[in-house]
Amino acid sequence: MNHLKELESISVHILREAYENFKDLGMLWSIGKDSTVMLWLARKAFFGHVPFPLVHVDTAYKIPEMIEYRDEFTKKWHLNMIVGQNKEALEKKLTFPDGNVDRTTCCRHLKTQGLKDTLNGTGERVRFNHEAGQYEPDQNRTPFTAVVVGVRADEEGSRSKERYFSPRDTESEWDVGAQPPEFWNQYKTDFAPGTHLRIHPLLDWTELNIWEYIKQESIPTVSLYYDQGEGKRYRSLGCYPCTTPVESKSTNVDEIIEELKSGKFTNIAERAGREQDKEDGGLETLRREGYM
Amino acid sequence: MKEKMNIVIVGHVDHGKSTIIGRLLADTGSLPEGKLESVKENCARNSKPFEYAFLLDALKEEQSQGITIDAARVFFQTEKRNYIILDAPGHIEFLRNMITGAAKAEAALLVIDAHEGVQENSRRHGYMLSMLGINQIVVLINKMDLVKYDQKVYDNLVQEYGEFLKSINVEPQAYVPVSGMQGDNIYNKMDNMPWYTGANVLEVLDNFSKKKPLDNQPFRMPVQGVYKFTGMGDNRRIVAGTVDSGTVTVGDELIFYPSGKKSRVKSIEAFNEDAGNSASAGMATGFTLEEQVYISRGEIAAKISESIPKVTTRALVSLFWLGSKPMVKNKDYILKIGTSRTTVVVEEIKAVIDASTLESGAKENIERHDVAEVILKMKKPAAFDLVEEIAATGRFVIVDNYEISGGGIIRESLPDKQTWARDIVIQRNFEWEKSRITCTQRAEKYNQKAALLLITGPENPNKKVLAKAVEEKLFSDGKFVYYLGFESLLFGLDADVQDTENARREHLRRLGETAHILLDSGLILVITVDQFNADDLALISTMVNPDFIETIWYGNDPTEDHPFDIHITSEEKIENSVYRIKETIQRRGIIYSPW
Repeated sequence: MNHLKELESISVHILREAYENFKDLGMLWSIGKDSTVMLWLARKAFFGHVPFPLVHVDTAYKIPEMIEYRDEFTKKWHLNMIVGQNKEALEKKLTFPDGNVDRTTCCRHLKTQGLKDTLNGTGERVRFNHEAGQYEPDQNRTPFTAVVVGVRADEEGSRSKERYFSPRDTESEWDVGAQPPEFWNQYKTDFAPGTHLRIHPLLDWTELNIWEYIKQESIPTVSLYYDQGEGKRYRSLGCYPCTTPVESKSTNVDEIIEELKSGKFTNIAERAGREQDKEDGGLETLRREGYM
Repeated sequence: MKEKMNIVIVGHVDHGKSTIIGRLLADTGSLPEGKLESVKENCARNSKPFEYAFLLDALKEEQSQGITIDAARVFFQTEKRNYIILDAPGHIEFLRNMITGAAKAEAALLVIDAHEGVQENSRRHGYMLSMLGINQIVVLINKMDLVKYDQKVYDNLVQEYGEFLKSINVEPQAYVPVSGMQGDNIYNKMDNMPWYTGANVLEVLDNFSKKKPLDNQPFRMPVQGVYKFTGMGDNRRIVAGTVDSGTVTVGDELIFYPSGKKSRVKSIEAFNEDAGNSASAGMATGFTLEEQVYISRGEIAAKISESIPKVTTRALVSLFWLGSKPMVKNKDYILKIGTSRTTVVVEEIKAVIDASTLESGAKENIERHDVAEVILKMKKPAAFDLVEEIAATGRFVIVDNYEISGGGIIRESLPDKQTWARDIVIQRNFEWEKSRITCTQRAEKYNQKAALLLITGPENPNKKVLAKAVEEKLFSDGKFVYYLGFESLLFGLDADVQDTENARREHLRRLGETAHILLDSGLILVITVDQFNADDLALISTMVNPDFIETIWYGNDPTEDHPFDIHITSEEKIENSVYRIKETIQRRGIIYSPW
């Protein structure tokens, strides 16, 4: 068994445990390479099907290609696609691009709060109607009790300490000092009313593993990851005001793998282009409050 | 492609685990660009001395307290392998985090501070590694700089700790004197310890050997789920799970435990790849079966041609306790083995051991961080293996109040009162001649699910009146139903049973077998028996799938011996009682319920 099969098997096992143990389960799909690999792993786990909704929190500052890509594969793969948004913050212009708040606060509004409201059903959700071919308001406001999230341990310090099954309290807050034990393929699947779970099937994957798997499985990815002739490409996707492309001439998956293995990115962290990580407290503070 | 290996680093708090790993990353040039500089800069800004541990202790709380709280995954590569190093906390408070990290590892580095010597958690962690089944261990004697690189100090520690490990049957692969702070024998040799000529930490890692795949062991796959997704015209019914050991191949005859049901593998299934003909240990897979048998999550698939798992309700185990409340006798806990869940109680605490001193004593409770030898008694039979035979299915966790509160390994399978009958049932299921009509087809045809309505209680002739009224009501509703009195069997089928002390259990076994046949035909069977106790019910539940049994207590003073589904007092009107029974079986989906 090669290392990709080993990683795939662990992730598939986790996804099946999540599906068997939680009725109101959803999977966050940010359209980036990691959560797309995760979605692919769900299709592996359930033999071509995805038996739970995909959830996308749209900050309204995503790069347009990302939204096109999302809708294309929603149709192609018959996904149960739910999209949520923090409309209030956008209307009141409480965002960094509007110049009214700093980057961290913007993330807090558009991502953390947007995610919380979408998951607990208090925020407006739209769902893709495959017959009509468009998004329609979702009448179902059932809260999700568990969400699958594609974070990797090699991305950042606080993510390196995550559990596969990680409980959050009613306010989505993460108590990093008191995480449940997790061993021998046994996870925290029993929980008191009011708590919910984050499930992380990709913790053991590295950025390189993700690309190796994309190559092995021929998983379609957004064109933004590849140089279109300007000598630039995105290494990590987020909102355009806070994510900058890197200098790179890689135009395909093979070239990206080479670049990560022995090229210029061997020793440069993937999130180096994410500005919100650099502000005080950075990702750990955001994540304690409920950020992915 | 390079192979992948998980390593854990353990030991007492402040003995320098994070420093050693931080140093290893820095000296081998494995840190991301700018990381070392930014951590150094951060230290200077906050006027605290730089420590290599800060490279790993990412949480704010960890840096301010100077300890590791939770195990970090550190990605690291050598020419030979890609490693994930799990940096486990050494503080007793975070033992659960140490276990979480260590359980994922194939090999361990155990760190002892040369200056402070062997401490409580040096021993406890050594003991836990052996319980977790990690047998490749290298001991690092750290902070050699603080003892002036004195060989004598090193030799004494090797001797002292070696004796401890020997007493718990652990043999380390090597001892290495190091200094995480100064860098000796991490990656660089340096000149401080000319008396040591062995491997450095980096070489130690590459010297660990990759765990052999468990392909040669008997096949075991705990069933995670049975999937039939009908979307997009898919008609496959797939039994899904991760293979714990052995190999499964198309055409293999399988038995599922604890039910004992059998079928043959028709195909291996996969998405976006050629699934091939077989799946082996470590793979998450799925297969379809030739004959459809009713199995569900929690059963363990095994091969007829290989050794089979144990099925019983009692086991002798070694466990460690992590719960905030002590583990006590006769309290209900949840036992998880593989994908199964069973209610369990502690029948007997044989010994409680302090893993840091190895002192053992007789205690009434198992306190947090204790290790104990106990007899577990399950409410329903579970399938498992002994840990020395097949490790993955010989391990369990215990859930108390929503939390995983303990874990352990199964040493011995113990008999229970139903062992004799269960052996007969497993053999019966094995030899059972299956018809071509499935239980689903029968249920569709008769518009009902097979069920056993078992009416019991103190002696009272009205019990039979009720049973017959239930039969009559269901019959007139068009159901396929039959009333069978215990006496009807006693003088016919049971005529040869001698009047010995085992007579009652043999009568019940035959009643159970009769019920099993009638339920297999799709019938709703109504039975009356006087004064059923917990042992009787356990016996019937061995013969008949307990999910199909509804128990009804008729009369006053319901027994507290075992739970029952419906209680009917002798004052209640028969029509009303019939209505309540009907309503219950509608709610359970045995018969159709309009809104």
